[in-house]
Amino acid sequence: MRACSHVLAFVLTALAVAAQAHVPAAEAPPLVAVYGDVVHTMAGPPIEKGVVVIDGGKITLVGSALDIPVPPAARVVRGKIVTPGLIDAHTAVGLTGYLNQDQDQDQLDKGEPIQPELRAIDSYNPRERLIEWVRGFGITTIHTGHAPGALVSGQTMVAKTIGETLDDAVIVPAAMVAVTLGDDARPGDEKKSPGTRSKAVAMIRGEFVKTQDYLRKLGLGDPEKRPDRDLRREVFADVLRGKLPLLVTVNRATDIDAALRIAKEFGIRIVLDSAAEAYLADDRIKAAGVPVIIHPSMRRGGNGETENISFETTAMLRAKGIPVAMQSGFEGYVPKTRVALFEAAIAAANGLTMEQALATITSDAAAILGVADRVGSLRRGMDGDVAVFDGDPFEYTSHCTAVVIDGRVVSEEPR
Amino acid sequence: MIKTTSTRICLFAACLGGSLNAIAQERPIAFTNAELLPISGPPIAPGTIIVVGGTIAAIGPAAATTVPANAETIDCTGRVIMPGLVDTHSHVGGGWGGDASGPIQPDVRILDSINVRDSGFRKARAGGLTTLNIMPGSGHLLSGQTIYAKLRKASTIDDFAIRDAAGKPLGGIKMANGTNSQKDAPFPGTRSKSAALVRQKFLKAQDYRRKVAEANGDAAKLPDRDLEMEGLLDVLDGRIVVHHHCHRADDIMTVLRLRDEFGFKVVLHHVSEAWKVAEQLAKAKAPCSVIVVDSPGGKIEAMDLSLATGAVLEKAGAPVAIHTDDPVTDSRLFLRTAGLAVRAGMSREKALEALTLAGATMLELDARIGSLAVGKDADLIVLSGDPLSVQTKVLETWVEGEKVFDRDDPEDRLFAVGGYGAGRDQKAHGCCTDERLSETK
Repeated sequence: MRACSHVLAFVLTALAVAAQAHVPAAEAPPLVAVYGDVVHTMAGPPIEKGVVVIDGGKITLVGSALDIPVPPAARVVRGKIVTPGLIDAHTAVGLTGYLNQDQDQDQLDKGEPIQPELRAIDSYNPRERLIEWVRGFGITTIHTGHAPGALVSGQTMVAKTIGETLDDAVIVPAAMVAVTLGDDARPGDEKKSPGTRSKAVAMIRGEFVKTQDYLRKLGLGDPEKRPDRDLRREVFADVLRGKLPLLVTVNRATDIDAALRIAKEFGIRIVLDSAAEAYLADDRIKAAGVPVIIHPSMRRGGNGETENISFETTAMLRAKGIPVAMQSGFEGYVPKTRVALFEAAIAAANGLTMEQALATITSDAAAILGVADRVGSLRRGMDGDVAVFDGDPFEYTSHCTAVVIDGRVVSEEPR
Repeated sequence: MIKTTSTRICLFAACLGGSLNAIAQERPIAFTNAELLPISGPPIAPGTIIVVGGTIAAIGPAAATTVPANAETIDCTGRVIMPGLVDTHSHVGGGWGGDASGPIQPDVRILDSINVRDSGFRKARAGGLTTLNIMPGSGHLLSGQTIYAKLRKASTIDDFAIRDAAGKPLGGIKMANGTNSQKDAPFPGTRSKSAALVRQKFLKAQDYRRKVAEANGDAAKLPDRDLEMEGLLDVLDGRIVVHHHCHRADDIMTVLRLRDEFGFKVVLHHVSEAWKVAEQLAKAKAPCSVIVVDSPGGKIEAMDLSLATGAVLEKAGAPVAIHTDDPVTDSRLFLRTAGLAVRAGMSREKALEALTLAGATMLELDARIGSLAVGKDADLIVLSGDPLSVQTKVLETWVEGEKVFDRDDPEDRLFAVGGYGAGRDQKAHGCCTDERLSETK
């Protein structure tokens, strides 16, 4: 019977229509107590027989269920394994939709190679069904935005996988600027730039030099000599000021080194993304203090620049002391998205412990995204985001049995 | 990890014989003290398998199975052994079938374009796959003939071929409906046109068959040989199985309508919306080879794709296999797809059968492969634990009594986990090839 209800849940999920793909914001999040045989707080050792109490959308208590009485009137959720709400450190869902038709594909504009002024928030559809899909597996926060495929494709954002409107969902409207180096930076038209790796790097350098000039002119005392406002310059200026990091999607070691070279030359923050051959450049990445959001190992197209993907990259980089997070990435066909939980599972089976793998989609991901003060661990004062499982979250046959976001129980269907 | 008492089965003298196919394993091999998952029967633990001449000579509880005195014994304590995995739908090997010249190309054979050194085959062995149905794509109504391949160590496609008694390589034929095969003329523009083109072509084949019959062996009256017609007659006469790509429920039913009209044998592939017509599929006894992927969507036809398709079909009583559609899912993670199917409600038994015996049956190879049973080919995999656990590793893959993957071998391990060089074509596998190459330096 239990198996039957699972089947029903999966089928109903498959039938979910756009109207069901979002969760309306309730007036006031109720008092919730989430009990687990084991609670992985990611802020200390796991707690056996633990409980997480959420009030007003924020975590108020975390500890042993023996020490914390059930709060009166609390909605109680129980499960075997309790973790922080999971974080997908890089995706394009919300900009890319599951239909894969023109009307739901806003993850990439190839009109120009360099468009940092494109903002993810202006395309994000919080009702997109893929958001509901990944949420069902415990993903409560996503770093989403413009996909790889242009040299500079736009700004990314961080959002909760909840809400009817952008404002309900977004927690960081402008998180990073998405840059691609390597084959995917080529526009596909031989007459258009960048046509080579060297040209791509030259164009990026040219933009930053131009922006340095822009900033110099802005600093001139005479208002008459100030340049006109320029959205492109303003975004790159925030990069030069250290306000926005570049999210550099690279795979070949050659391109990883080029990204590190640019970062050093202009003194800017970067986060490496995908980084199939990062294990060939781990010493340089470590020395540069650059974090890596590692490719989905199951991504389509294990050839070309990603032919050397390893299931062990996450473990290898972590062993070097490089901050790492996992991601679902971007998929252009079937399946339309990966699931960060499943990608971290590959890492958990290839050199990481369960808690280390969990960190790649919780605490460490939050730190890399700059949102560790709100999400990624179960501590007093953090957002009330919790995922509940009926077994090891990384086992294929386990289910995510409940998802709580900002203190609202948004799903209790086993998935 | 696993101790072996002999080194290489591929002897120099044997290689001179030509095809690696011909190399027979001579010394008996005993896999002892394993947890055996025969698929065709209940688990045996601890159990022993005796392999002689590339086939399974004995299988049973360890205490009741005699190991021949001259056997190479492999102690598999703590290991799980199950049949080599059977993938009913793979695109490994870089093969291309039909070209852009037309929508129906039954004369085209995928075997003429496969690179057996493709790294994908090494990854497939690392995933525990031993038999693949290698298919041309879904961009045609009929894109060509498929080949059933055994992942033996191979220098040419002949080494992969599974042959009938007459020596003919076995395979099926690939068909597709829905959106993938719709494009500008001469391809169809609608679903109705797709069905009409297929019906017309089968009617033509029936006419060809009638003319051949009427000639009654008279050379003067025989129609000219026509490779397309011969390919279609293999289908109409039931000599080969149609492997039909289909997603939407109505497309699935269209395939069954054509099947019933022309009487061909068909396996339905992908069947994203099969859960909507599960009762009809069970009633029609339609074999379904399911794809299990991480999310719905990617195209309109897959918008209602469900992880529970296998579970729903199982409960309705329809035959279910699972396939990789590699590169859509990675062959190294084939066991994972069964795990996800169980997550969504399929029984463990049927999910493991879906990776093995069910697929073998759909390829009409169940007399030779798909389960651990006396007389069957010794295609088996040695696992570190529960086949459905993320933590489980394929340690060894054996085809017909020969080890074709060993996770302890650094080169094999590279293809199992990936890393620098894992995307390269593999080296030639002939045992003398390396020596031959080094002689030329």
